[in-house]
Amino acid sequence: MTENIHIENSNWKLRKGQIIAAKQMTATEKWFDIKLEDGDLDHEPGQFVQVELYGVGEAPISVCSSPTKRGSFELTVRSAGRLTKHMHSMGKGDWLGIRGPFGKPFPVKLMTGNDLLFVAGGLGIAPLRSLINYVMDNRREFGKVDILLGCKTPTDMLFGEEIREWQKRLDVNFSCTVDRTAPDWTGNVGLITSLIPGVTINPEKTFGVVVGPPIMYKFVIAELLKKNLPERQIILSLERHMKCGMGKCGHCQIDHPKNYYCCKDGPTFTYEEVKESKKL
Amino acid sequence: MSTEDTVNYHILMKGELDGFVKKLAKKMKVCAPVAKGHNNYAFEEVTSASEISMDYIPTILPPKKYFMPPREKMLDFDLSGGKPQDKAVLENEPLAVFAVHTCDLAGIQCLNMVFSERPRDYNYLLRKENIFIIGLECNKYCDGNASCALVGNHYPNGGYDLFFTDIGDKWVIHVNTQKGEELVENMGLAKTSSADMVALDKVREGKKHTFQNEIGVDPKALPGIFAKGVDSKVWHDVGAKCVSCGNCTNVCPTCYCFDMSDTINLDLKTGSRNRTWDSCQFETFATVAGGENFREERANRQRHRFYRKFKYPLDKFYRSFCTGCGRCTRTCMAKINLKDTLKALAAEHK
Repeated sequence: MTENIHIENSNWKLRKGQIIAAKQMTATEKWFDIKLEDGDLDHEPGQFVQVELYGVGEAPISVCSSPTKRGSFELTVRSAGRLTKHMHSMGKGDWLGIRGPFGKPFPVKLMTGNDLLFVAGGLGIAPLRSLINYVMDNRREFGKVDILLGCKTPTDMLFGEEIREWQKRLDVNFSCTVDRTAPDWTGNVGLITSLIPGVTINPEKTFGVVVGPPIMYKFVIAELLKKNLPERQIILSLERHMKCGMGKCGHCQIDHPKNYYCCKDGPTFTYEEVKESKKL
Repeated sequence: MSTEDTVNYHILMKGELDGFVKKLAKKMKVCAPVAKGHNNYAFEEVTSASEISMDYIPTILPPKKYFMPPREKMLDFDLSGGKPQDKAVLENEPLAVFAVHTCDLAGIQCLNMVFSERPRDYNYLLRKENIFIIGLECNKYCDGNASCALVGNHYPNGGYDLFFTDIGDKWVIHVNTQKGEELVENMGLAKTSSADMVALDKVREGKKHTFQNEIGVDPKALPGIFAKGVDSKVWHDVGAKCVSCGNCTNVCPTCYCFDMSDTINLDLKTGSRNRTWDSCQFETFATVAGGENFREERANRQRHRFYRKFKYPLDKFYRSFCTGCGRCTRTCMAKINLKDTLKALAAEHK
């Protein structure tokens, strides 16, 4: 007997989300709080959604809020292409289509009971924030927490208010550096790699979670390996063009002997898994 | 061969083909290879046998175009209210694809695996159920570009409802499905005689000599050769010739990479979300919004195409996604030759 399947159940169907709050964060980044009409997104830290702007198209965007925040989820979108530019013109009350969540999340269960070293460069703080806030909300489950953040200039810093909260907390060590300084900046100046030697790491029981632009990975990983952090305790979130989210369209495939689809096998990987990739 | 073995075999006299096609065309749309001149063939709708070329080299586009159309609508949406409305749609009609070579049957089987892997693609799966497949055996090579024996696709390996083999003045038809059985019964086709079965065996036996490994490299050694050949000079040579036109992937029976895009109708209120064929050979295929291109060089993109035929699918689906049809070689404007590329790679990584 032929299987009785119905097109109404197509995996291409969209959930409807309404923007309930939006805020321009920097010249190029805008933050959105989105409520789905059919319930929670129910994602895990590190996953992404496909955002459909009807008539414009779809783009993969990392969820930047923790699943511990119920009722709505948040996206931080850089105006980089046609779709994201259009999204920047949207605000409270506007509707969009959502597919997902997609992708393999950060291995939060494995991280339990370990020290955590978060390294975020630029917009990498967005996906990492879903995990950082998850850890903050379950702080007792983890050991020492270090957060290292790198931005181009002080005005490019995302989630400023939240970051000031992290700086105040006694259970988190927060350091930040900028590539280019500004008149009122009193913090570190230099690449994010310069912050790593200053962190005390117990390699046996530390997970390093690194999210940033492709160029950053090579140098940060080299620093972490110098600290004897095992390859499988270095977690990355890779960037690729994930068009379908279902491991089919081919765009996000990584040049690696294991034939990874970034959308399905990732976007989070251990360094051990992807070190043979031609590009990270 | 015992009578039990012949139970699923029928015959069609060559003179009766027109009646067969006409009867079939009354039931559903029939698509078959049609000569387009200059030794080009294309699957097109037919209503009589005179339009069909039973002796043809692989069509310009494989039957993939019926299973995964070059452009298909996945969603309809309506923006006239405050909240957008959308509906998943399927564009689909009952269809028979007639005279499909064994290489192309293998291609359809590859696509079936890809789209039935979860999360499944319902548009593909539902359309597939509506297509009746009639295969046709090649008794000789179509031309020198084929490499079907290398990948074992010169013999039928299932994937059809009915399968035709030319044994001289008639075709032996193997019935593979209940749907196929119902059709041959409805057409009143006679069962094969024992002489027909002997003739079929003779054709198959003869093919053992006609079809030989086309590159002289053990197919079992290919995954190992590809594993070693990631940084081979071959890819630079191929990349230096390639013009990134995407012809090779368009004509490939197992290339299924796609793009998704929205269309807004002239009323500016309704529109659709559509899937179109894409190509990993295009320059921006692996480019992300931030500008980083993960396969910037043509050499990398050509290597990617070959690995998606001879390495990755072997690990994942236990089969080659090269069907040996030879289309990529025939269509290439830059004369990139699949068999020569494999031979050069094998010579470098013996």
